[in-house]
Amino acid sequence: MKLLSKMVNCTINNKSINVEAGTTVLEAAKKVGIHIPTLCHLDLHDVGVVNQNANCRICLVENESRGNLIPSCAEKVTDGMVIQTDSIKAVMARRTSLELILSNHPKDCLTCVKNLDCELQSLASEMNIKEIRYQGEMMNHPKDFTSPAIEKDSNKCIMCRRCVTMCDEVQTVGILSPLNRGFDVVVATAFHLDFNDTSCTYCGQCVSVCPTAALAEKTSTPSIWRRLNDPQKHVVVQIAPAVRVALAEEFGYEPGHISTGKIVSALKRIGFDAVFDTNFGADLTIIEEAHELIERIETGGHLPMLTSCCPAWVQFFEHQFPDLLDIPSSCKSPQQMVGAISKTYYAEKKGIDPKDIVMVSLMPCVAKKAEAARLEFTRDGYPDVDFVMTTREAAKMIKEAAIEFKQLKDQSFDDLMGESTGAAALFGTTGGVIEAACRTAYESITGKELKNVEFDELRGFDGVRKATIKIGDLDLSIGITHGLGNTRKLLEAIRRKEVKFDAIEIMACPGGCIGGGGQPYHHGNIDILKKRQQALYKIDRHAMIRKSHDNEMVQALYEHFLKEPGSDIAHRLLHTKYQPKERI
Amino acid sequence: MLLVNSLNDLKQWKKNVLKRKKYTMTLVVCAGTSCLSSESDLIIAMLKNAIEKNQLDAEIQVKPVGCLRFCGIGPLIVIEPDQTTYMKVTLKDVDDIVKLHLIQGEVVERLLYRGDNDELISTITEIPFYKKQRRIALKNVGLIDPRDIDEYIAHDGYLALGKSILSSTPEAVIDTLKQSGLRGRGGGGFPTGLKWAYTAAVKSNEKYVICNADEGDPGAFMDRSIIEGDPHALIEAMTLAGYAIGADQGYVYIRAEYAISIEPLELALKTSKEHGFLGKNILGSDFSFNIDIKLGAGAFVCGEETALIRSMEGHRGEPDKKPPFPSESGFRGKPSVVNNVETFVNVPVIIREGAAWFSSIGTDNSKGTKVFALAGNIKNIGLVEVPMGTTFREIVYDVGGGHPNGKKIKGVQIGGPSGGVITEDYFDTPIDYDSLTAIGAMMGSGGMIVMDEDNDMVEIAKFYLDFTQEESCGKCTPCRIGTKRMYEILERLVNMEGDPKDLERLETLGINIKNASLCGLGQTAPNPVLSTMQFFREEYEAYAYRTKRTTYAVDAKKCIGCTKCARVCPVQCIEGKVREVHRVIESDCIACGACYEACPVDAIIKP
Amino acid sequence: MIPNILDSKSLDKDLLRKLSDYINGLEGDKQEQLIHVLHKAQELFGYLPYNLQLFVARKLDLSGAKVNGVVTFYSFFNEEPTGKYTVSVCMGTACFVKGAEKVLNRILNSLSTEKNKITEDGLFTVKDVRCIGACGLAPIVTVNEKVYGNVTVGDVEKILEKYRGDRVVSE
Ligand SMILES: Cc1cc2nc3c(=O)[nH]c(=O)nc-3n(C[C@H](O)[C@H](O)[C@H](O)COP(=O)(O)O)c2cc1C
Ligand code: SF4
Ligand code: SF4
Ligand code: SF4
Ligand code: SF4
Ligand code: SF4
Ligand code: SF4
Ligand code: SF4
Ligand code: FES
Ligand code: FES
Ligand code: FES
Repeated sequence: MKLLSKMVNCTINNKSINVEAGTTVLEAAKKVGIHIPTLCHLDLHDVGVVNQNANCRICLVENESRGNLIPSCAEKVTDGMVIQTDSIKAVMARRTSLELILSNHPKDCLTCVKNLDCELQSLASEMNIKEIRYQGEMMNHPKDFTSPAIEKDSNKCIMCRRCVTMCDEVQTVGILSPLNRGFDVVVATAFHLDFNDTSCTYCGQCVSVCPTAALAEKTSTPSIWRRLNDPQKHVVVQIAPAVRVALAEEFGYEPGHISTGKIVSALKRIGFDAVFDTNFGADLTIIEEAHELIERIETGGHLPMLTSCCPAWVQFFEHQFPDLLDIPSSCKSPQQMVGAISKTYYAEKKGIDPKDIVMVSLMPCVAKKAEAARLEFTRDGYPDVDFVMTTREAAKMIKEAAIEFKQLKDQSFDDLMGESTGAAALFGTTGGVIEAACRTAYESITGKELKNVEFDELRGFDGVRKATIKIGDLDLSIGITHGLGNTRKLLEAIRRKEVKFDAIEIMACPGGCIGGGGQPYHHGNIDILKKRQQALYKIDRHAMIRKSHDNEMVQALYEHFLKEPGSDIAHRLLHTKYQPKERI
Repeated sequence: MLLVNSLNDLKQWKKNVLKRKKYTMTLVVCAGTSCLSSESDLIIAMLKNAIEKNQLDAEIQVKPVGCLRFCGIGPLIVIEPDQTTYMKVTLKDVDDIVKLHLIQGEVVERLLYRGDNDELISTITEIPFYKKQRRIALKNVGLIDPRDIDEYIAHDGYLALGKSILSSTPEAVIDTLKQSGLRGRGGGGFPTGLKWAYTAAVKSNEKYVICNADEGDPGAFMDRSIIEGDPHALIEAMTLAGYAIGADQGYVYIRAEYAISIEPLELALKTSKEHGFLGKNILGSDFSFNIDIKLGAGAFVCGEETALIRSMEGHRGEPDKKPPFPSESGFRGKPSVVNNVETFVNVPVIIREGAAWFSSIGTDNSKGTKVFALAGNIKNIGLVEVPMGTTFREIVYDVGGGHPNGKKIKGVQIGGPSGGVITEDYFDTPIDYDSLTAIGAMMGSGGMIVMDEDNDMVEIAKFYLDFTQEESCGKCTPCRIGTKRMYEILERLVNMEGDPKDLERLETLGINIKNASLCGLGQTAPNPVLSTMQFFREEYEAYAYRTKRTTYAVDAKKCIGCTKCARVCPVQCIEGKVREVHRVIESDCIACGACYEACPVDAIIKP
Repeated sequence: MIPNILDSKSLDKDLLRKLSDYINGLEGDKQEQLIHVLHKAQELFGYLPYNLQLFVARKLDLSGAKVNGVVTFYSFFNEEPTGKYTVSVCMGTACFVKGAEKVLNRILNSLSTEKNKITEDGLFTVKDVRCIGACGLAPIVTVNEKVYGNVTVGDVEKILEKYRGDRVVSE
């Protein structure tokens, strides 16, 4: 319920405007079509977080009533306020702030990962900066390239603190903080530890909001190119569900455009020997996970069972809730399952030595890079997955290969791991994994056919959702969270035994993988995530098969190789164990 | 322990104290920070010892007090009742004071203050330094023993509190303050009554009273002297504030560097609680209030009220945007009043003496007095409390006694790192909030540093910028990077590596940093530069055009050829024969200044 | 694996227990009292090494980055050990205009050290501080608690001599 809100009247650049009390000057200006540049500001209202500490001073406007400059991103409109957004005073102050930032910035755009996708760079262009009048000492912090997932170059940091807000308030992991003061301030990890030595989950949410290249994913493309050019190697690739509804954005398509066929085509053109669908792995995960859940319910095992397909979430509970290690499912994630099957079943079928198979995965996710690098995911000396590239990296590879994405014809996935269901597509969004699991659980528990496969009560965007699903005479109580901060609240309640659930789905990123740290930058526009979510629902709706256990290739896999869900071999290849880790 | 439960209890207490047996003589010894560092604590101990040994302790009392304000000539001893005043007392002088003064009744002349014409001045009231002063905030400082609550009671202590909570209303307290015209002494000059009224008006079940005792201005020591010398006044004032706004908890945020000031304050908090001036049901009323101490940890910016609140909450002391102001959302997000120490201690006096009395002192828009810490190249160094409207000239010459060696005074820096320089031309400006703003300076918290012709204004500006850029919290761009760039430009200039364009850069950068910064630190940081550029532009130009001589030289007219300079020069760059004029080989001079110190006839010219 | 620098095993057990007791005894919101806890920790240990900061973080249920952010913000907290004697030269305005910078340089020279670095013999750390409130005696130098007023370049040796080597006399 919304209370009747008070309206206030103000004047911006001589235009009179009536807005709700509590509106910022920036929002009010936008309503009358007046653009004010911003940099540190970030408003992810649907995620419930606003970076509004007004520190970059790029959005200053003149408050003519008082003759001073105010940060339009943070200051609220008051009745009778008179604002001039382009007074000389304001423009000069904004320009000075930007020049000062640039005077302390490396400016190596040409070779920077953020080239042409950088908010600082666009701003410099928008403000027509041609000369930096104030030169002087520049930051000189060591770069941290040690982690498998994230690279940090603090010298490109502009101290906007979006990452800190993201990590502290949304994810509650608290890895980053401003250290020191004055000119020496740097946003860094505790004691300047390498990311590796912290309890970073590698969710990449800090990366996804960083306006510059101070935080970026560790790139794998050079290594992938090398393997592609090695005739000895059989290079295969798998594509995660959320990638196909986002990658096209990098080629000028609207958010939510589904480009599965084109991506497959592009990857084949690049030279991958086979293109698999991670959704196949998702179906496989569902079968294993549903089996585990039913077993836990039937044998009085530990409940709730928590999903485990999100590696950032796995890191999170290992570091932050080491006392609850027995509640997540032991299933590996779809990515790892596809990897493991590629180097066993697929290798066997194709008669290729597993050591010559290079498994690359294309993920919306930064944490997947760290997941692939986990030692327990290596068998007989080779990892399930060799390289992970993000959606952004893949788009760059396609551009680098000079492929005209828009011109591509659709192609389909390769056999053995190319088929997938509508249920699997849902893995890309919050609520999707549990919905897919319910479809399978329903039919295997009741033995009846599920008519309406869409569980609306599980869908949506709220941070914490609860639902009770009737499966035969079983009332399955289900929890869903996305964003690690929401997750923490739920886990603490579980720890205190205040809530009771049978199954809980957790995704680290706001919105789930559609909002993953490796996706095309949303630059603060969260509506993009919703469009990607709708696209996943659409894929499901149009799928021929919508229940994981109906996936025929998966059935074939069980028949020829895994025998049955939860079998010994399935356990060896598809399940894992968790370890308690330090919290820093 | 006496629990005060009514106004009568309080009045009775006062009567009892006043009735008490009087000593025939009281040695008031300064135990303020300055004097303590000259061993006044040992002097006190020795005096007590000697008095006991001579069996005079029934007649003569030693009373340690807070700063006697004339710190430059400390340690000070004032002997009551005739007010004989001894200065620069050392341990060696104790014997003489006891033997001559206490036993034989003779004045120890060599310890007396000497006036301008070398005349002896024996009583404190006759010393010119004290003459133009008028004390409200420092009323009890240096007068009472801060560790003895009886003395505070004897000086009408807690009377304002008692009257207010037992026979008045919060609204009346706020009204009196509003009418008095008291404005914040922490720098901004915001009307205190209004601030309290705003906070009182916000509905909340939790409110806080916060005393800003961070005193960050380097060169100011008013607040610490008040806390050390009259801690009960602060407690009484904060409790009054609690009553007025409806808070039951107060905090004193004090900088960690002031570790020794904390002890008398803690003691005072403890005793006032024991007597029922703090805690539950104060003075038998249904009003309860408590005060705790919060420690800073070395950050100037924590004097800024929102940063102070962040620091109190256990965070990095970074300022927040305003609005919302603390009166609406302060400590723990609750309405809070933040006032400076000096602002607070004015309150009980105002309540006791009335708004009309207070507003009769000072100028139209600036009422009452202001305390300054007068320091630098001035004869009389110490704390100065004068009515608003007093001119700089009066402070510098009448109170401060002018330059110690008669050199030309170039200007006065007021307002510390946020302020500006006032030159001789403006010395007749009356000191009040508006007149200062009008000439591009600001009141600040009360630091007043006197500079003479030897002070290089570009160096001074650089000193302040060095301070602000080190103390910048680093949150917002203009201050974090801008003050650093300004400092770099100044450094370049001083190192003779600058160019005329640097002056333009300094100015535009300075103006934009002022306009664009998030908090008061950045908004005022360029002031020392902009103001010295305005008044001493030629000094900047000398650097920018590199016409400034950077080495020492010999004034041929004065040199008597004594060779002293040549002998001390560490790089042997002074040549000359005995009894002939010497010469500095400029290319080798490292500007160490040794020759300047050595020359007996002032024949060395500074750069 | 926790890096060595963060392992609290190398910290003095008795002191850690004292610190724990202090933290356990705090009333009210403990996280809010982080700065007081850090003061206490520094009082006990002399400085705040990383493992001690992490210990405090865990005791107060704060992240290491948060605690480290606070420690590095305030100049009162040291992450490095300090000498037996901390020589502080006041660089407040009153002291500066009276030549404190020269005094500071002379001290640094005489001890062949840099600001905030511990001398090789472990005896001294030289710092510059802002006004300590004794401007009347500017320039001011303090050695631990002892205050020296009206210090000139010429006094430096005399002052340092008292604390050097075996001539250390207890205060
Ligand atoms: C950088 C900065 C430092 C400040 N330092 C102090 C200080 O040390 N003491 C103080 O009382 N006020 C200081 N202030 C002013 C406070 O923010 C605040 O205005 C004051 O405490 C309000 O009290 P008043 O109304 O009694 O003056 C400072 C302000 C700024 C911007
Ligand atoms: S971060 Fe942006 S501005 Fe900086 S070098 Fe990279 S592209 Fe250029
Ligand atoms: S990757 Fe996630 S957990 Fe790690 S620092 Fe970034 S936001 Fe925090
Ligand atoms: S790392 Fe990026 S997001 Fe974080 S403060 Fe720096 S520029 Fe902002
Ligand atoms: S939600 Fe998806 S994108 Fe985000 S960390 Fe988890 S798996 Fe990766
Ligand atoms: S002006 Fe300076 S001190 Fe104030 S918020 Fe900005 S950086 Fe911090
Ligand atoms: S300033 Fe120093 S170096 Fe220069 S002439 Fe004098 S003594 Fe020699
Ligand atoms: S010390 Fe002075 S008088 Fe003596 S030789 Fe040097 S300049 Fe001449
Ligand atoms: S965008 Fe408003 S201050 Fe940075
Ligand atoms: S401290 Fe003694 S007179 Fe100021
Ligand atoms: S400036 Fe040095 S003690 Fe105040």
